[in-house]
Amino acid sequence: MKELSLNILDIAKNSVSAGARLISIDVLETGRQLDIVISDDGCGMDPEFLAQVTDPFTTTRTTRKVGMGIPLLKMAAEMTGGSFDIQSTVGIGTTVTARFDRYSIDLPPLGDLAGSVTTLIQGSPDTEFVLTRRRDSEEFLFDTRQIREIMGGIPLNEPEILQWMQEYIEENESLLAAPAESESL
Amino acid sequence: MKSLEELKAIREKMQSKVNIRKEDGDSIRVVVGMATCGIAAGARPVLNAFVSEVAKRNLGNVQVTQTGCIGVCRLEPIVEVYVPGQEKVTYVKMTPDKVPSIVAEHLVNGQAVTAYTIGAAE
Repeated sequence: MKELSLNILDIAKNSVSAGARLISIDVLETGRQLDIVISDDGCGMDPEFLAQVTDPFTTTRTTRKVGMGIPLLKMAAEMTGGSFDIQSTVGIGTTVTARFDRYSIDLPPLGDLAGSVTTLIQGSPDTEFVLTRRRDSEEFLFDTRQIREIMGGIPLNEPEILQWMQEYIEENESLLAAPAESESL
Repeated sequence: MKSLEELKAIREKMQSKVNIRKEDGDSIRVVVGMATCGIAAGARPVLNAFVSEVAKRNLGNVQVTQTGCIGVCRLEPIVEVYVPGQEKVTYVKMTPDKVPSIVAEHLVNGQAVTAYTIGAAE
C-alpha cells in the first residue's frame, strides 16, 4: 500500500462486511506517535478466528484462502518500530489499533484520507462513519450523522455531497497545525 | 472555507430538482473491485473518476458501485460494466485517465473500449 489511507480504506471495509452500523476512524498524532484506530459495532470475531487473523492465510473469503488486509497494516506499523493490536467480541464489534513511529523513515505517507472516507461513504451510504483527526492538542471531527441530519432524506452517496465532504475534510485537515519537525540528527 | 451552511444550500438545490436517477433493471452498472488487491493497485482514484465523470455528464441511468475481489488480482484495478441485455465487459489495469473515454464511448455511445478490456490484456 502506498498510503496509510489505503490501509484505512481496506480495514474499514472489513467493518462494513461485518455488518457494522457505526464505524469510527481515528488518526491521532501525539508527539512522535501516530495511532490509527478503526473500531466498529459489527458482528465481531470469536477467539479462535481472532487468534489467527493476522495470518495472511486466514480470510472469511470462500473463493480463495488468502487475506492480506490486516497483515499489510500490521507490517506497515511494525516496520516503523510501532505495534499492532486487534480486539474483538462476537456481537459487540472489533477494534483495530496500529501504532506508528512518525519519525521513522519507513513511515508511509498518510495520503488522501478524505478520499478514503468518501469512498467508504460512496460504497456504504447508510453506514455511519466518524472520523477523528487529531494532531497534539488540535482536533477535527467529521460525523456522517451530522451530515445526514442536514441532508434530510437525500442519500449521502450523491456525487455533489461526496464532493463537498471530500473538500470539507481536506480543508479541515489542512487547518491542523503543521506537524512538529523530527529532531535533527 | 466549506461550511455546513453551504451543505444546506446543496440540499435545497437537490430537493428542488426532479430526481431522475433510476435504480431499476434498466440502468447500467459500473462495478469497481475494491478488495485489498484492487485498493493497493489504485482502485480508489478509478472509482472516484467514474463517480465524478458520471455526475459531470448527468447520466441518471448509470450506477457506480463497489465490490470485493473479482479474482484476477494481477490485473487490478478491475472494472466491470453491465449494460442491460448485453454481455458483461471487464476492463483491467484501470487508471483514472482511461475513465472519460469508457464513459463517453461505452456508457454513452454503447461501444466498449476494446483496448482496455481483459481480452486485449490477455
